[in-house]
Amino acid sequence: MSKNSKSKNNNEGKRDFLIISTYAMAGIGAASVAWPLIDQMNPAADTLALASTEVDLSSLEEGQAITVTWRGKPVFVRHRTPEEIKLAKEVSLDEMRHPETDEERVPNEKFIVLVGVCTHLGCVPLGQKSGDIKGQYGGWFCPCHGSHYDHSGRIRKGPAPTNLEVPSYKFLSDNIIKIG
Amino acid sequence: MSKSKFKNPVVKWIDHRLPVFSFMDHELNHYPTPKNLNYFWNFGSLAGFALVTMIITGIVLSMNYTAHVDYAFDSVERIMRDVNHGWLIRYIHMNGASFFFIVVYIHIFRGLYYGSYKAPRELLWILGVLILLLMMATAFMGYVLPWGQMSFWGATVITNLFSAIPLVGESIVTWLWGGFSVDNSTLNRFFSLHFVLPFVIVGVVILHLVALHRFGSNNPIGIDVRGTQDTIPFSPYYTIKDLFGLSVFLSFFAAAVFFFPNFMGHPDNYIEANPMVTPAHIVPEWYFLPFYAILRAVPDKLGGVLFMFGAIVVLFILPWLDRSPVRSSQFRPIFKIFFWILFLDCILLGYLGAMPAEGIYVILSRIATAYYFFHFLILFPLLPYIEKTKPLPISISEPILGGGSTASAFAMREKK
Repeated sequence: MSKNSKSKNNNEGKRDFLIISTYAMAGIGAASVAWPLIDQMNPAADTLALASTEVDLSSLEEGQAITVTWRGKPVFVRHRTPEEIKLAKEVSLDEMRHPETDEERVPNEKFIVLVGVCTHLGCVPLGQKSGDIKGQYGGWFCPCHGSHYDHSGRIRKGPAPTNLEVPSYKFLSDNIIKIG
Repeated sequence: MSKSKFKNPVVKWIDHRLPVFSFMDHELNHYPTPKNLNYFWNFGSLAGFALVTMIITGIVLSMNYTAHVDYAFDSVERIMRDVNHGWLIRYIHMNGASFFFIVVYIHIFRGLYYGSYKAPRELLWILGVLILLLMMATAFMGYVLPWGQMSFWGATVITNLFSAIPLVGESIVTWLWGGFSVDNSTLNRFFSLHFVLPFVIVGVVILHLVALHRFGSNNPIGIDVRGTQDTIPFSPYYTIKDLFGLSVFLSFFAAAVFFFPNFMGHPDNYIEANPMVTPAHIVPEWYFLPFYAILRAVPDKLGGVLFMFGAIVVLFILPWLDRSPVRSSQFRPIFKIFFWILFLDCILLGYLGAMPAEGIYVILSRIATAYYFFHFLILFPLLPYIEKTKPLPISISEPILGGGSTASAFAMREKK
């Protein structure tokens, strides 16, 4: 009697093991089939290959700005005037939502390079063209929900949580930068 | 009884208001199924699996495809080279179409051999033929989308079939094209239809299943189920058997996808469509070849088209062409021989469809076409008057249990 119940228990243990391992294998199989179907929505190889852009700044006069495309997004490059540089450097960090010094954000103080996408909900701020509204701090102003950015692209007023993003870039020569 | 069917309180709560769980329990779990089904009864569920695979991979491919004559070919090449796992998804879709047809053709020949189209399953059969037609339309339009040479010239030839219709033929073809040749408008509408028709197929498949579950599956000896002793519940017996069949199917499918992905395709379709040059030898995809052979066998434009579509139409009326009350070929010795002749005839037509339309191939195509129609239109109605069928078993259990007293006793008890 006791022998019978013991062998029954053993069989139940075996059965549980078989059921659990079968479901586990089925789960692994389903996940590995699902992955290619999900991953195909990630950037394709040709999209990744377009991930860097070179910009020639030699014709950009003081006070002027240009917008270039990088990964399908606008990148702002502005040649700042000495007054703008002074304002960006001297402002106190205490009054900022996202305190960063101008030196941290701009390796070459004449040229500021920013991803031109408002950190609030993704609109493109105004301030690149000469007639644009530049906001209370003279940098950029997002018309969608009223975020004001200063000469260093830092958020000073409005709903945006962080400063305008600085893309990774480097100077290939004095006047040519490579973004990405 | 139904109150205690589900233990989970959430399931119980939902099922009381929306009895989907009862429905699934009834149709997929307890569903009584003849206990003598052989492996040819696996192909219905395999076809369902193929349909789902095609829809899932197709939706994913459409996320990366551009339906425009200038971009279609390049977007497909981009899928093959740049999109993550794009080669895998496209090869599954491409070979999936072929395997879908392999499975469905076996499913159809199963129905022919065991008489599954006979009363009371006529509508079940007709819905199945409708699914086949929809599959053909979908597959044809899908083949156009990569915009290779075979896509373009296949589309041109098949749409031109409609020009054989007297009086309005040319207008219909212009309407199908949305222009004066196969062009961007054609490609766009084919993409739209190729996307939507699979969902129409899903709808007809649901009707096919409703009709199936009305009387349940036919079985290899083709006699009616007489009671619970002749059936076993669908789950676990046939769910496990279907899963085993699926794993065998997937082994072949994976072998094709990973090792011979272009075996059933045509190299000319990797050349971008050129409306100025027709390839030297154009052939449709293999699953259309028997019908293509019939088209070419008839030396008349309208006649060829009529015979080709007629080859499908005879399937629609098959339940009334076959006058024999005996379903399964196991008990029809002469019919059984002719079944295999028909099977070989279809294979021969497929071979001839791939050969150039000249010399001996034309003559053989005509003989094979004539046999096809002879089989359906003359043999099916007349054979029952000549053929002496073998005696049918008393019940499904009888041949399994050796025809002893047990089986007869079961049958007797059921009669009372």
